[in-house]
Amino acid sequence: MSPPVVAPDQSGFVIELEQFSGPLDLLLHLIHEDEVDITDLPIAKIADQFLAVINELGLNQAADYLEMAARLLRIKAQLLLPRRLGDDEWEDPRAELVRRLLEYQQIRELVEWLGEAAVRRAEQFGRGFRPEPPAAAPAPLVIELNDLLAAAERVIALIPEPELHRVVPRPLDVEGATAKIEALLAARESFGWRDVVGPRPSIVDALSAFIALLELARRSALRLDQRAPFAPIEIRRESPRAAA
Amino acid sequence: MSPLAQLLEAALFASSRPLTLEELLTLDPTVGESAVRTALADIRDTFAAGDHGVELVEIAQGWQFLTRRDYAEAIERAQFALRPRRLSPAALETLAIIAYRQPVGRLEVDEIRGVDSGAVIDKLSERGLVEVVTRGEGLGRPLLYGTTPQFLEILGVRDLDELPRLEELSVALRPPAPAEPE
Repeated sequence: MSPPVVAPDQSGFVIELEQFSGPLDLLLHLIHEDEVDITDLPIAKIADQFLAVINELGLNQAADYLEMAARLLRIKAQLLLPRRLGDDEWEDPRAELVRRLLEYQQIRELVEWLGEAAVRRAEQFGRGFRPEPPAAAPAPLVIELNDLLAAAERVIALIPEPELHRVVPRPLDVEGATAKIEALLAARESFGWRDVVGPRPSIVDALSAFIALLELARRSALRLDQRAPFAPIEIRRESPRAAA
Repeated sequence: MSPLAQLLEAALFASSRPLTLEELLTLDPTVGESAVRTALADIRDTFAAGDHGVELVEIAQGWQFLTRRDYAEAIERAQFALRPRRLSPAALETLAIIAYRQPVGRLEVDEIRGVDSGAVIDKLSERGLVEVVTRGEGLGRPLLYGTTPQFLEILGVRDLDELPRLEELSVALRPPAPAEPE
């Protein structure tokens, strides 16, 4: 039976997150704990233990650990698939993981060596040795009022002039325009656009007049003529015979 | 000691970091490399043979006077100097990978460690232990990192050759396939 590793119900086994530098580290820890052959991993067992530990440690939120858990479960599933006898093509689904574990184990061994070397080196001091300064607190901010004002001016200069659109509730006065045109029609047989709206009409006035003209034309109160595109519009009473 | 040895001794005494052979050669343009090497050995032997509190150590591709190990605790207790902070396991792992795989990109370090190592590499780079040495081919021309002389210095080794060879490790990397009886 498996040794008393890390099932969630076995309390008293508390591991700090910092104890593992990653999912491979945790896997190696489980493998050593179980004293199993790394090249012949009992995947089902290791996968279960791995899941139990990351649940226990709340690591099941950490993407790196989750990815490894998924990988372990996939390998476990692949191993369960039936294999045909004499299938030479079969590749151990654990091979890649084992290669990575061995590689990582090698790194851990180097880490041990490097750590010891660093400790030994730290027993000797060079001339004028200064310990690394603690991360310096940020220097207090010193700001001259003039600098601040100058900076503000530079920034303000960069702000584009806002384009403001004044929105005025000013309904079209089609009725007024209609009355005006009818008055003109009464007085003159024909007249021009300018006679209706004046020399520099506002957009609202122009629109009102235009709509009124179209409406009157529809009602056959007048006729609109334009000799060519953009030529002045001529407005006539709709009673050519009477005029003739 | 010879006049040359005395000159080198003075220069090494004045420096707070390891001096390389090239630097030492500029002290006296009339002498050659072998003479400097001989003089350095002379100084080292003199300090080793006499009763001295410091020794000449070959370190980080150079030479430096360091206090003898025997006095580390006393010096530290008196607070003339403090031992540098220890590196975290994550930092050491990352350093090991970069040292053995250099020039190496972030992605490969991540892959071997099984965790994102960007922040660790940035820290090591800030401390001057690793640096960008070139850019890789592939997609995005990734930055490739290597170790610095500072890395050798904090380990107290002369050069990278002094690190253990991979074959010497108990876990030699070999293809895991067919279980080999030993």
